[in-house]
Amino acid sequence: MRLRSFLARDERPISDVPKWVIAALALGLAAQLVVAALRPAPRASAEDLPVPPSSALIRLAALGEPVTAAKLLMLYLQSFDYRAGTRVPYRDLDYARVVTWLDRIVDLDPTAQYPLMTASRIYAEVPDPEKQRQMLDFVYRRYLEDPNRRWPWLAHAAYLAKHRLRDLPLARRYAVALEKNTTTPEAPLWVRQMEFFVLEDMNELEAAKILLGGLIASGQIKDARELAMMENRLKGLEERIEAERKRGK
Amino acid sequence: MQTAPFALTIARYTLLEAARNRLAWLALFAIAGALGVAAFLHQVAITESREVGAAVVAAILRLTAVFLVVAFVVTSMVREFNDKVLELVLSRPVPRVSYVLGKFVGFSTAACALAVAFALPLALFAPGGRLMPWALSLACELVVMVAVSLFCVLTLTSVVAALGAAAAFYLLARSIGAARVIAAAGESSSAWTDRAADWAVGAIAKLLPSLDQWTQTAWLVAAPPDASQLGAIVVQAAVYVALVLAAALFDFHRQNF
Repeated sequence: MRLRSFLARDERPISDVPKWVIAALALGLAAQLVVAALRPAPRASAEDLPVPPSSALIRLAALGEPVTAAKLLMLYLQSFDYRAGTRVPYRDLDYARVVTWLDRIVDLDPTAQYPLMTASRIYAEVPDPEKQRQMLDFVYRRYLEDPNRRWPWLAHAAYLAKHRLRDLPLARRYAVALEKNTTTPEAPLWVRQMEFFVLEDMNELEAAKILLGGLIASGQIKDARELAMMENRLKGLEERIEAERKRGK
Repeated sequence: MQTAPFALTIARYTLLEAARNRLAWLALFAIAGALGVAAFLHQVAITESREVGAAVVAAILRLTAVFLVVAFVVTSMVREFNDKVLELVLSRPVPRVSYVLGKFVGFSTAACALAVAFALPLALFAPGGRLMPWALSLACELVVMVAVSLFCVLTLTSVVAALGAAAAFYLLARSIGAARVIAAAGESSSAWTDRAADWAVGAIAKLLPSLDQWTQTAWLVAAPPDASQLGAIVVQAAVYVALVLAAALFDFHRQNF
C-alpha cells in the first residue's frame, strides 16, 4: 500500500500478469544467478598492487572530494592485505608501493589517522627488517609534519625499533623527535620520556641521568607518585653510574 | 493480435524520435570535445601520446554514451507519459509486451549506432583488432543500460527518480568488483558484522553485471580481451537484458492506466 502511494499509481493484482511473464522473470533470475556463479570472483593479490596515480590526478578524479577519495583508497589498499579466504601476507607486498599509496592518502586527507595507524601497527609488524624500516621511516617522516596529532604512531615506531629491530640509535632518533616536537597536553608524559629509557638501554647512563634530572627539575611531572618513581629511577641510575665508575677504577 | 509487427512499428517511431531529438548532434559534440581534449594532451604528453589520447577519449566517450542513452530513454518515456501517448497506444488493441519490446528495440538500435559512432574516432589511436572488442562491449553495456533505464522509468515514471535509479545502478555495477574485494576481508573475520557485509555484497554482486570488467580502456592501449572474455560479456548482457525486460514487463502488466 505504501509502495503504491509512493509510486502514485493504481496496481492490478499479480494474477493479471501473464503467466509467461512470471516464468520469464523466474527464468531470467535463475540464468543471471548461474552466470554470476560462473563468473570468477575478483581477487586482490600482492602482485596486483599498482603504482598509485599522482595526488593531483586523484584530486581531479575525486571531483573536489579528496577526503572521500582518501578513505576509499585506504580501503582499496587494505583489500590487498586479504584475498578471499586467505590473507596475502603483508611481507609479499611491494613496500615501496605501499608507502607511496600511504603517502598519497595522507596528502589527500592530512587529518586521517588510519594510514599512519596501519603503517605503524600493521605493515611495520612484518618479520622483515628491511620492510619494517621502510614503514617506520614513513611514520617518522609524516609524524614531523603534524607531531601533535601523529605522536601515537611514532611512539609505537620507537617501541618497534627498540624491541623488534633492536636498533637503539633508531629508537633514540624517534624518541628525541617525540620529545622535541610533541607539545600537546594530550600526549602522556612517557611519550617525552622515551629517550631516557632508550639511553638507559644503550648504557648511556650519564646522558640518561642528565635527561631525567632535567625532566624532574622542569616541573613537568605533576603526579606525586610518578614524580617519586622518577626520583627513585634517578637514584638507581646514579648508583649504577657509581658502580660502573668503581668497576672502571 | 500479433506482437512483432506492433513492436517493429513502435521501434521505428522510437528510432525516428532519436533521429529528430538531435541525439546525433549531441554525439558529434561529445566526439569533438573528446578529440579536443586528446589533442591538448597529445601536445602535453612527452611519450605514449597515442596511448594517453586513447585512454582519455575512450573514458570520456564511454561515460558520455551511457549518459546520453539513459537520458534519452528516460526523457523520451516521460514525455510519452505526459503527452498521454502511452494511454493512446494502449487504448488500441496493442499487447503491452509489444510496446515494451518495441521501445527496447528502438532504443537499443539507437544505442548500438551510438556505440559505433563513438568507436570510430578511436581508430585514430588504436588498431581495428583492439577497437572491435571495445565497440562490441560498449554496445552491450549501452543495451543493458537501455533495459535498466526502461525498467526504471516504467516503474518510477518520473525523470528525477528514474535518472537517479539508473545512475545508481550504473555506479554500483561499475564498483561492485572493488566492493567485493574489500568485503572479502570479512570472510576470515570473526566478527559476524564483517561476514554479514561480505555476504550482502556477494548477494548484490550476483544480481548485477560486473560492468567494471566491460569496455576496458586497457583493451585499446594494451592487449585486447580473448574470445572467451568477450563471449562472457555478450552472454551476460543477453541474460541481464532478458531479466530486466521480464521485470519491466511484470511491473508494466500490473499498472493501471
